[in-house]
Amino acid sequence: MSTRKRFSWYYFSSPQSFYPLAGALQPWCAALAVLFCGVGLYISFFVAPTDATQGEAYRIIFIHVAAAWMSMFLYLVMGFWSGVGLVLNTRLSSMVATALAPTGALFTFIALWTGALWGKPTWGTWWVWDARLTSELILLFLYIGFIALQGAIDDQRRADKAGAVLALVGVINVPIIYFSVKWWSTLHQGASVSLTSAPTMAKTMLLGMLIMALGFWMYSIAATLARVRCVILERERHTDWVAAEIDGLA
Amino acid sequence: MKPRHKRFVLVGVGIAGLALSATLVLSAFQKNLVFFYTPSQVFAKEAPVGKSFRIGGLVENGSLKREADGVTVQFVVTDTAKSIPVYYRGILPDLFKEGKGVVTEGRLAPDGTFHADEVLAKHDENYMPPAAQEAINEAKANTAAQSLVMPPKGK
Repeated sequence: MSTRKRFSWYYFSSPQSFYPLAGALQPWCAALAVLFCGVGLYISFFVAPTDATQGEAYRIIFIHVAAAWMSMFLYLVMGFWSGVGLVLNTRLSSMVATALAPTGALFTFIALWTGALWGKPTWGTWWVWDARLTSELILLFLYIGFIALQGAIDDQRRADKAGAVLALVGVINVPIIYFSVKWWSTLHQGASVSLTSAPTMAKTMLLGMLIMALGFWMYSIAATLARVRCVILERERHTDWVAAEIDGLA
Repeated sequence: MKPRHKRFVLVGVGIAGLALSATLVLSAFQKNLVFFYTPSQVFAKEAPVGKSFRIGGLVENGSLKREADGVTVQFVVTDTAKSIPVYYRGILPDLFKEGKGVVTEGRLAPDGTFHADEVLAKHDENYMPPAAQEAINEAKANTAAQSLVMPPKGK
């Protein structure tokens, strides 16, 4: 048996060792979020050209699409950590899932709201019940349902399990949202950017959108890390290390 | 098998089962999930009869006519195979244009015309500056002019 100390991912699966790591990473992610969003918004509003058909109204795409991507991606991440928590009974996984939900719900709401603001001047309506819009609304309800279900059960382990099952069931909705514009006739247009074909938008527009997406990624990581630290402190409050940590703060 | 392997299999089987049932349900409701019918589908009698539904397609070039009252319009929705004349009284969305996408809700009259209550513009996923759009239009016009001079073989 070697006694050499090896780096292990399992080391950070304990809330006690993850807490300082999250605290160290969080400010960097937050700073990057501000930087990317600043550059992204500058490109969106001042550098990217006006669109030939939609004029200036299309500029909401820079927030709308990046937020919609995040809303779906964060749900997959939440589903993944819920699944890990359910299978391995690791407490930190469930805490991360809990911490992800409000950020995911926020981005879903932003995607729906900016979509309505975009739809009125272009399509001529705030809302229609087509497959894309409806499935995205269901995603918002899934996030809210997850938060409500976890909050409604007092026993933490049971709350985590119930939430994890709901999160995993809801994962089915994500591919439905993504492919809805392909599978069914919808008012919503198809994807401009996909892994399988060349993007159908001007290069500067694409650049602005991708930088905004990076900014939203960094924001999501920073917000989740900050929230998971609070969740750790709350759930581990009976332990000695949290007591010491809080003494250190005071 | 350790308990965690059992749970892993349980979760995996559960998700696979859900995905399967979701696929079956969605393919069973395929017809109810469409937001609009194309003119070809309407001609094939796939659209609901006697109740309101939506048709979608392109506004045929040169088909838009405004009546003297200024709010009644008529245009033709086409999917390039079949077309349906549409009558509408109201304000058209800003992006409504000949040659562009449209989705309109209303009823099919016995004479084959469509009386719309709502007209929505459907735009595509292409975003480009006006100069690029002009270049594309010009290139298209050039190829069209060439094909008039030299029709491709087999046609």
